[in-house]
Amino acid sequence: MPAAQRSLIRPRIHHRDIRERLVEAFLFVCAASAVAVTTAIVVVLVYESAGFFERVSIVEFLTDTMWTPLFAEARYGILPLLCGTLLAAGVALVVAVPLGLTVALYLSEFAPVKVRESVKPFLELLEGVPTVVYGYFALLFVTPLLQSVIPDLPGFNVLSPGIVIGIMIVPYVGSVSEDAMRAVPNALREASYACGATRLQTTLRVVMPAAASGIAAAFVLGIARATGETMVVAIAAGQQPNLTLDPTEPAATITAYIVQVALGDLPHGSIGYQSIFAAGLVLLLITLLFNILAHLLRMRFREAY
Amino acid sequence: MASISPSIAVEPTISGVTEIRSNVARRRRWDIVFAVVGFLATSVGVVTLLTLFVDLLMDGYHRLTPDFFLSFPSRRAAEAGILSAWVGTCLVMIVTAAIGVPVAVSAGIYLEEYAPRNWVTMLIEINVSNLAAVPSIVYGLLALGLFVYALGFGQSILSGGLTLALMIMPVVVVATREAVRAVPHTIREAAYAVGATRWQVTRDHVLPYSIPGIATGVIIGLARAIGETAPLITIGALTFIAYLPNAPITTTPPFVNFDWLWSGFTVLPIQMFNWVSRPGTAFHANAAAAGIVIVVLTLAMNGFAIYLRYRLRKRITW
Repeated sequence: MPAAQRSLIRPRIHHRDIRERLVEAFLFVCAASAVAVTTAIVVVLVYESAGFFERVSIVEFLTDTMWTPLFAEARYGILPLLCGTLLAAGVALVVAVPLGLTVALYLSEFAPVKVRESVKPFLELLEGVPTVVYGYFALLFVTPLLQSVIPDLPGFNVLSPGIVIGIMIVPYVGSVSEDAMRAVPNALREASYACGATRLQTTLRVVMPAAASGIAAAFVLGIARATGETMVVAIAAGQQPNLTLDPTEPAATITAYIVQVALGDLPHGSIGYQSIFAAGLVLLLITLLFNILAHLLRMRFREAY
Repeated sequence: MASISPSIAVEPTISGVTEIRSNVARRRRWDIVFAVVGFLATSVGVVTLLTLFVDLLMDGYHRLTPDFFLSFPSRRAAEAGILSAWVGTCLVMIVTAAIGVPVAVSAGIYLEEYAPRNWVTMLIEINVSNLAAVPSIVYGLLALGLFVYALGFGQSILSGGLTLALMIMPVVVVATREAVRAVPHTIREAAYAVGATRWQVTRDHVLPYSIPGIATGVIIGLARAIGETAPLITIGALTFIAYLPNAPITTTPPFVNFDWLWSGFTVLPIQMFNWVSRPGTAFHANAAAAGIVIVVLTLAMNGFAIYLRYRLRKRITW
């Protein structure tokens, strides 16, 4: 290429290079913001909780059985909130495990393609309903319904929001475990059919065990969701911290407590204000724990196939 | 299977054959039983959705008058409306979409088209999937500490919009990545072959093809943001607002103003929550009516997104 032509091309290429670099830098900053957000979450929670733990000892926080930060005689034991949270998640799981598993088995192994394709959008829509609406449903539809079965059920209780959360997470749990079952190689199914097993026998004795860790991961993720669920319990479970394992009693969860405090007007920096960050930190740790567990289970599943 | 011929059996006896047949029939019956049980379990979801909607309609339909949309909340249930709530929802969504969508889409494009395979990329990917698992109320706590106090945005529309923008980021990033990944490599290679740079390939070829997929993710993310309550309560969104922020568009130059960003606000789901949690039943009809508005809005958006994806799948002919 003659020198004269080359010098004509070069400036444009140079200009283009700069733009390329700028665009790439911009895109990278956007992607890196995910790291920044995670860091910010940890920093804010730890920073504000540090203020809380300067005034309240960790031992008291973890062992005291009363949670009354807003009372004159304040007690700071996270146990009642933790208990309420796990109780609600437990009730949700009792509903979601059999239902979600059946749905997943049915959709993955039994349902005709037409049924599957028309049901799945509905399940997705179910996931799209805002949680505050589920809260309304739990308080004003499910609770009265349950009261006709259990006459002395109080208007606020853990049972009703637990059931509603359970139904709410079925589409999620169902679709994740269905994915796990579909990942089971067809050769296993064919081998089972060749031995004369029926579809149900193949499903229960071959596909389900083969996908077991994937299904378990789905349910652990379901618990994580149920633990972080806020509005349903804030509306329908009552907001009294209550150290109980009886789902027919009212109780508060960690999330409901945060909402309750945020609704009141607490001054920035007060112990009540800091207490929601400490509670939030506990919540984050629990969900993180469940997510790591689910991740490990999934890894095991992936190793198998 | 139905024709197990007796000649296969070593010593066919009439009783042996009938035993096998009844055994097979019994096991088949269980198949049918499970198919029915499975179908019923699957329809629990659909039934719940319908029950929920009918319940809302029966409780709140009579409140859905034009006045309901044009009135401020009030102490008297019959006069209360959702004017400030739906205006607040719209304004917060403008902020969320304006900030959350470009950042999330850019992040998705970076991870799919640009990112080298190294530890930085892995770190970003791990963070994105972790953020998807963080409970929404924790985003509220982040926003309370960061936007409201540390940055001094106060309990404003700007803080609310930013909070929801962070919350929907993972959804949009994942959708963008999937959409971009679905574009075949031949398209990129053809563009590179005629001398296009990476950004030109991305902007002129990859992005146009992946717009429908990205749009699906954006709509689902925004629908989720519209229905989200907890993080906005956490940052201290008010529950009783009887004024409107300054209009974003004015009749006098410079025609736009951004005062509204700093205004206090409430949104539809918070208004509904406020009405549900009042003692007594007078306000429950209002809550149901607000619920109808929210459900119709979010279901319409989700439905549109699902439809878009369905069409997309059918239409793909590379």
